[in-house]
Amino acid sequence: MSCCGTPMTCDEINEASRHVVDRLAAFLRTLRDNAFAVGLPEGQDAARLMAAGYAETPALLRSAFKHLFSARRTDWEKFDGLFDAFWLGHRVKSRSTVVGGAPSANTPSLKSLQDGAAPRTAGEGATDQVATPDDGPDRAGGEGRMEGASRAEALANVDFRKLADPDQVEEAHAAAARLARVMRTRLTRRDRVSRRGRRLDLRRTIHANISHGGAPITLMKRRRRDKPLRLVVLLDASGSMSLYTGVFLRFIHGVLDQFREAEAFLFHTRLAHVSDAMKERDPARALDRLAVMAQGAGGGTRIGECLETFNRGHAARVITSRTCVMIVSDGYETGDARLLGREMAALSRRCRRIAWLNPMMGWQGYSPEAAGIKAALPYVDLYAPAHTLQSLAALEPYLARI
Amino acid sequence: MKDRDEIAEQLAASGYIADPELATAIALMRMLKRPLLLEGEAGVGKTEVARALATALQTELIRLQCYEGLDQSAALYEWNYQRQLLAIQAHQGDRAGEIEDAIFSEKYLLERPLLAALRRATPPVLLIDEIDRADDEFEAFLLEILSDFQISIPELGTITARSIPLVVLTSNGTRELSDALRRRCLYHYVDYPDVDREARIILARVPGISATLAVQIARMVEGVRREELRKAPGVAETLDWAAALVGLEVRDLHDAPEVVHQTLMCLLKTREDSARVTPEVSARILGKVA
Repeated sequence: MSCCGTPMTCDEINEASRHVVDRLAAFLRTLRDNAFAVGLPEGQDAARLMAAGYAETPALLRSAFKHLFSARRTDWEKFDGLFDAFWLGHRVKSRSTVVGGAPSANTPSLKSLQDGAAPRTAGEGATDQVATPDDGPDRAGGEGRMEGASRAEALANVDFRKLADPDQVEEAHAAAARLARVMRTRLTRRDRVSRRGRRLDLRRTIHANISHGGAPITLMKRRRRDKPLRLVVLLDASGSMSLYTGVFLRFIHGVLDQFREAEAFLFHTRLAHVSDAMKERDPARALDRLAVMAQGAGGGTRIGECLETFNRGHAARVITSRTCVMIVSDGYETGDARLLGREMAALSRRCRRIAWLNPMMGWQGYSPEAAGIKAALPYVDLYAPAHTLQSLAALEPYLARI
Repeated sequence: MKDRDEIAEQLAASGYIADPELATAIALMRMLKRPLLLEGEAGVGKTEVARALATALQTELIRLQCYEGLDQSAALYEWNYQRQLLAIQAHQGDRAGEIEDAIFSEKYLLERPLLAALRRATPPVLLIDEIDRADDEFEAFLLEILSDFQISIPELGTITARSIPLVVLTSNGTRELSDALRRRCLYHYVDYPDVDREARIILARVPGISATLAVQIARMVEGVRREELRKAPGVAETLDWAAALVGLEVRDLHDAPEVVHQTLMCLLKTREDSARVTPEVSARILGKVA
């Protein structure tokens, strides 16, 4: 511990230690390329650690750096591989999990650093690499974000059913998940600025009026702490919706992840409560589990019956006065349309708003002719298309008003 | 370096069976003066780390439990209004300035955990539990304290830390924490202990248990965790179960499969989970336990 505080003076820096600093700077850059949020203070601390004797064995240094540089579980899990690849020259198994980076541009940097590392002495290399910590994070972050945004934009207007290529599908899924996240943050921010205090805050009032001998002259108000919006999503997983189910499942997964209070149900001929399956952190696994539940479709959609089950079995628990029910369905009811109308009426009495998202609405020449949708429409507060990412994004202002 | 081995020894001496990497984390925490962020499933023993650390270093543990709506007055300091009002009544005749000086003094200040942690002479362990439950604003405020280790009380002035506390934050991941806070902290992901470590934990914490039974229990719990349960059993549940089995005088799990199944309620805490682990399932898991 005694040596840790002493800063390295110019005299002490000999060839060897400068080499170490170069390597460290290069390692930091590798980490940044792999989406680690590493700043200058971390670099300085890393140098202190090496000076304090943590560089004695690779395992020790790895463990120390792992704690210092990781910021989340994903970092934590991929750190060992990156460390070994850089310092011990092992190959990294896969870099495909990297989000936001530009792999084609970055791979050579890792490689070239490794190759040139051993024989390189201080000189031209040093200035080049040491300078990077300043502009590194901005550059890397900026690139990644811009790339994601532009691709998402291109996809925004494409009808989900026209996405053929698996990469595109994956991107649309990721965009849907991201959208769900953004909606949540925007919603809360908007709430906070728009509300003013109403109730009296007794504690603060007394505090503020002690100088008046406790006579309440200045009144302190309490700002209302907003209860977050509660969202219940009912997703039609019948055969006629199959082209859209994937994207919406991903969207719902994102919503459940972000909204503190949200519930999700799937329905086709039966109703299934899927919030728990969706709580699976990894979207791919969650979707696998759901795919199993979503099967068994094909027999048409009994929206009315499913709503009846929902109203009877779940509504009391999941619906409060601040709940928005979001039904995603094409409205092709194969059961009794009158039952659907009745259940919609019951539902609308319970909850705050009903939004009905219909992917078919985006199709040219579509009009709500299906018996089901006709029966349901009188009770729906918002009837909107939902066939592209843009149409999903357009929902946000509506949700913010609830 | 030396610090690290010392800490590992001290932790072991205090009865906490630490994951070897954790000792490194704690040594770094002391050396770099950075807080330690522990993430992991509920029940893996995140809170226990802070407790063990305080015991090992023989220092005080100050705990701040976070919840939605936690604000500065509950976390940092509060004036004792009742006493202030009484004082004002009692000194009615005095000049206003004197009264003010009197009532805004240390005597009327109520310490809350954060302030308490900054004012100790010997560095305490400050446990900020379940930070993900607190609101974003509080997180930002906390970040400020954790980087400066000083706070300002308008009526008193700035209070600088007498000693830098060892800060341990825990999170269950119910809300994504800000990048700024994450960067400020050292990170350690706490996983469920492996069979060997869990067996040692059982041996250390459950009196009168045999090593064979402890290993069997650890294996069995590992098997239960592999089932798709709503709530995987944590270490505390394992300890409960081990204590229950010892209390029922079970020496070997294979001798008493019915008792094993009946006592599994120590591990399974929801109706769905108990329904899922039928006698057949528990027999299957038990079958894999050597």
